[in-house]
Amino acid sequence: MIPELAQFALVLALLLALAQSLLPLAGAWSGSRALMSVARPAAYGQALFVAAAFVLLAYSFLVHDFSVAYVADNSNLALPWYYRIAAVWGAHEGSLLLWALILNVWTVALCAFSRQLPEVFASRVIAILGLISVGFLLFMLLTSDPFTRLLPAPANGADLNPVLQDPGMTFHPPVLYMGYVGFSVAFAFSIAALLGGGMEKHWVRWARPWTNVAWGFLSLGIVAGSWWAYAELGWGGWWFWDPVENASFMPWLVGAALIHAQAVTEKRGSLSAWTVLLSIFAFSLSLLGTFLVRSGVLTSVHAFASDPKRGVFILIFLAIVVGASLLLYAIRAPKVVSGRSFAGMSRETGILIGNLLLTVAAAMVLLGTLFPLIGDAFGWGRISVGPPYFGTLFILLMAPLVFLMPFGPFARWGRADNGELKRVLIHCALFGLIVGGVLIAWLWSRAVDHLQLVLGAVGAAYVLRGVIMYVLKRWRGVPRGRRYPAEMAGMLLAHLGVAVFLVGALLTNALSIERDVRMAPGKLQEIGGYQMRFEGVKHVKGPNWTAEQATVTVLDDGKTIAVMHPQKRTYDGGQIQTEAAVDAGITRDLYVAVGEDLGDGAWAMRLYDKPFIRWIWGGGVLMMAGGFIAAADRRFRVRRQVSDAQTNALVESQT
Amino acid sequence: MHPTRKRRLIIVLLMVAAAAVAIGLTVFALQKNVTYLFSPTEVLNGKAPAHSPFRLGGVVKEHSIHRDPSSLKVDFVVTDRFHDMPVQYTGILPDLFRVGQSVIATGQMDGKHFKATEILAKHDSTYMPKEVADAIKKAEAAGRAKNAEHKTAAPAAPTQGGDAH
Repeated sequence: MIPELAQFALVLALLLALAQSLLPLAGAWSGSRALMSVARPAAYGQALFVAAAFVLLAYSFLVHDFSVAYVADNSNLALPWYYRIAAVWGAHEGSLLLWALILNVWTVALCAFSRQLPEVFASRVIAILGLISVGFLLFMLLTSDPFTRLLPAPANGADLNPVLQDPGMTFHPPVLYMGYVGFSVAFAFSIAALLGGGMEKHWVRWARPWTNVAWGFLSLGIVAGSWWAYAELGWGGWWFWDPVENASFMPWLVGAALIHAQAVTEKRGSLSAWTVLLSIFAFSLSLLGTFLVRSGVLTSVHAFASDPKRGVFILIFLAIVVGASLLLYAIRAPKVVSGRSFAGMSRETGILIGNLLLTVAAAMVLLGTLFPLIGDAFGWGRISVGPPYFGTLFILLMAPLVFLMPFGPFARWGRADNGELKRVLIHCALFGLIVGGVLIAWLWSRAVDHLQLVLGAVGAAYVLRGVIMYVLKRWRGVPRGRRYPAEMAGMLLAHLGVAVFLVGALLTNALSIERDVRMAPGKLQEIGGYQMRFEGVKHVKGPNWTAEQATVTVLDDGKTIAVMHPQKRTYDGGQIQTEAAVDAGITRDLYVAVGEDLGDGAWAMRLYDKPFIRWIWGGGVLMMAGGFIAAADRRFRVRRQVSDAQTNALVESQT
Repeated sequence: MHPTRKRRLIIVLLMVAAAAVAIGLTVFALQKNVTYLFSPTEVLNGKAPAHSPFRLGGVVKEHSIHRDPSSLKVDFVVTDRFHDMPVQYTGILPDLFRVGQSVIATGQMDGKHFKATEILAKHDSTYMPKEVADAIKKAEAAGRAKNAEHKTAAPAAPTQGGDAH
C-alpha cells in the first residue's frame, strides 16, 4: 500500500510540476497575473508530494519492506538504521528521487526568497525549474521507478554496496547534489532573462547569491567525495580523474568561472552574454554528470547503472535542455548585451582570462572523459585516458590562473592602475621566491630534490601574500565597519583556500611515501621517520560483517604515538571490503590498509605517510565558506526595486 | 582603429591563441596518455604493442594464482577462454581479485609475460566491464569462425561471461 501511495505522490508531483511550468510561462507570455500566480502554490505542492515519496521510500527501508525491489536490492535485516536511510540514495532510482527532492528544496527556497522580484520574472524562473522537474520525474516514472514491487517478497534483502557503508557516504551525495542541482537556479535565472529580453537588468544580482551557495555546496560535496575515496577505497589517493569524479569537477570549474563572470556583469554590465552562456554550460554539465554516472556508458570505479534505456532518456533530455537553451541564447543573447567598456589592463580583462582558463580546463576534462566513447564510436579500439593527461594539462592551465589571482582585488574596474599592479607583482613574487629559496636551501642540506614541493610552496606563498596585501590595504585605507563586506571576505577566503589547497596537493604528491610490504607479527617497518609494528590479526564482528582486524602500533623513537586497526571486512552478502585505518594530523596522515593473508601470520600491508593531505580538503572547505559568506552580502538582499506599478507596466509592454 | 574595436580584436586574438595552444597541448597529451585494451587472443595475434604499455582485459583463470612466499610477487593467468596470458605483478591485489573475476591489468609485455603495474577489479562482483565483455565476445566470435573453418567437431566454448548486468 505504502509504495503505491508513494508512486501516486510522484504522479501528482509530475502533474503539479506541469502546472508549475506551463501555466506561469503562458501567464508571463500573455500578461495574465492569475496564471503567473499559479507558480508558487504549484511549486509548494510539488515539493510536498516529492518529499512525501522520499519519506515513504525511507520508511520502506526502515521497516524492511522487501516487497519493494529497490529496498530488497539495497538493504537487508542486519543493516544498521543510519545506513538504511543512506541506502535511499545508495543506488540509481533512489538517487534520482534525491535529485528531484533537492531540486524542490531549491525551488521552495527560491519561491520563499523571491517575493521582491518582479512577478513576471519570478514566475518565469519558477516555471523553468518546474520544467526541469518534469524531465526528472518523467525519467523516474518511465525508466527507473524506485517503488516497483518484487513479488513474492524475499525474506531478506541483498545488501547495500559495502563501499557505501561509510559515514562519509551518508552525506556526500546529498551535499554534492545540492551543488549540482543548485546550478539549475542560475540556469533558470539566465533562461528567464533571455525569455524576457533586456528588461531585467538586475537579474544577475538576483542570481549571484544562488550561484555562490550552489558552488559552495559543490565544493563541499567534492571534498567529501575525495575524502571518502581516500578513506574507503583503500588506495590512499585523493583524486583519480575517474569519470565520475570528472563529472562533478566540470560543473565546479565552470561554476567558478560563472561566479566571477556574474560579478563582472552585475557590477559593470559587461560580459552578460558570456555569463548567460556559462550558466547554461554549468547546468548542462551537471546533467551530463548525471548521464555519465547513471548510464554506465563509461567504465568507472563507481558507476552503478547500466540500463541503456536510461542512458538514452537522459541523453534525449540533455539534448533538449542544451539544444533549446542554446537556441534561445542564439536568438535572444544580442538583446541582453550591454555594459561599459574596459581597458586591456583592468579587472574585467583579468577575470575574462581566468574565465577562459577555467572553461578550457573544463573542456579538457570533458574531452578526456568522453574520449573513450569517441574512440569507441570511431572504431579506434578500446581506449582509456590516463591520469597524466589530466594532471599535466590541468597544472599547465591552472598555473597562469594562480599567477593572476593576487591581481584580481587590486585591479580596478574599467582601467587598472599599472603602478599598483606592478607593486603587487613585485611583493608577491618576491615573497614566493624567498619562500622558495629558503626551501631549496633547506632541501639542499638534506639532499632532497623535489621540484613539485618547491613549486607548491612558491605558488601558495605567492597567493597568500596577495591575500594578505589586500587585507592590509583595506585595513589601512577604509574606516572600520566597511573594511570587509561579506562579498569581499568570501572572495578573500576562497582565494586563501586556493593557497591552502596548493600546499596540500603539491606537498602530498611530492612527499608521500607509499609502501606495499609483507609484514610478519612483531616486525618493524620504517616509514617517514616512524616505525610501525604489526602486532597480529584477530577476528571481529560487526552488525552485518565479520572482519580480520590487524593491530599496528606506530612508534616515534620508541614511544607509542598511535595504535591503528585496519580491517578486511567480509559482508554477509559475501563482498569483501578494505577498511583503512588513518591516524590524521595537520602536517601528516599515517594510513594503513591490509591486503591479503600471506600465511604464517604474515599479511600484505599498505603503509602510507601522507604529508599535508588534510590541507587539500581544508582548501576546499575554505572555498566553500567563501561561497557561502559571499552569498550573505547585504547587497544581495533585494529590496523591492520594482514596484507593482512598474510590474504592471512591464506586463503591459510585453503584450 | 577605434578603441572598442581594438579591444575586441585583442580579445578575439587572445581567445584564438589560447584555443590553439590548448588544442595543441591536448592532442599532444592525449597521444602520450592513451592506452588501449586488448584481450589475450589479440595480444597473441600481435595486435598489442611490444614495447609500450597497454591494458590487458580478461578473466582470472582457475588454479592459476601463485604467490611468492617471501615477497609480494604474484603471478596468475588472464584468459579470454580461448587464449591465456601469464601475468606478473608485485603488490597488493584489489579486494575483488579472485578466480573467475574479470580484471583489467595495466602494464607491458616482458618476453612472453605481461608485467602488470596496476590491477583493477570491479567492485560489483556480478558486473563485467563492458570492455572486457566485448573483448571476450570478440575472442569467442574469432574462435567460432576458426572452428567453422577447420570443420572441427570440438564442443562449443562456454559462453559464460557475456554482457552481465
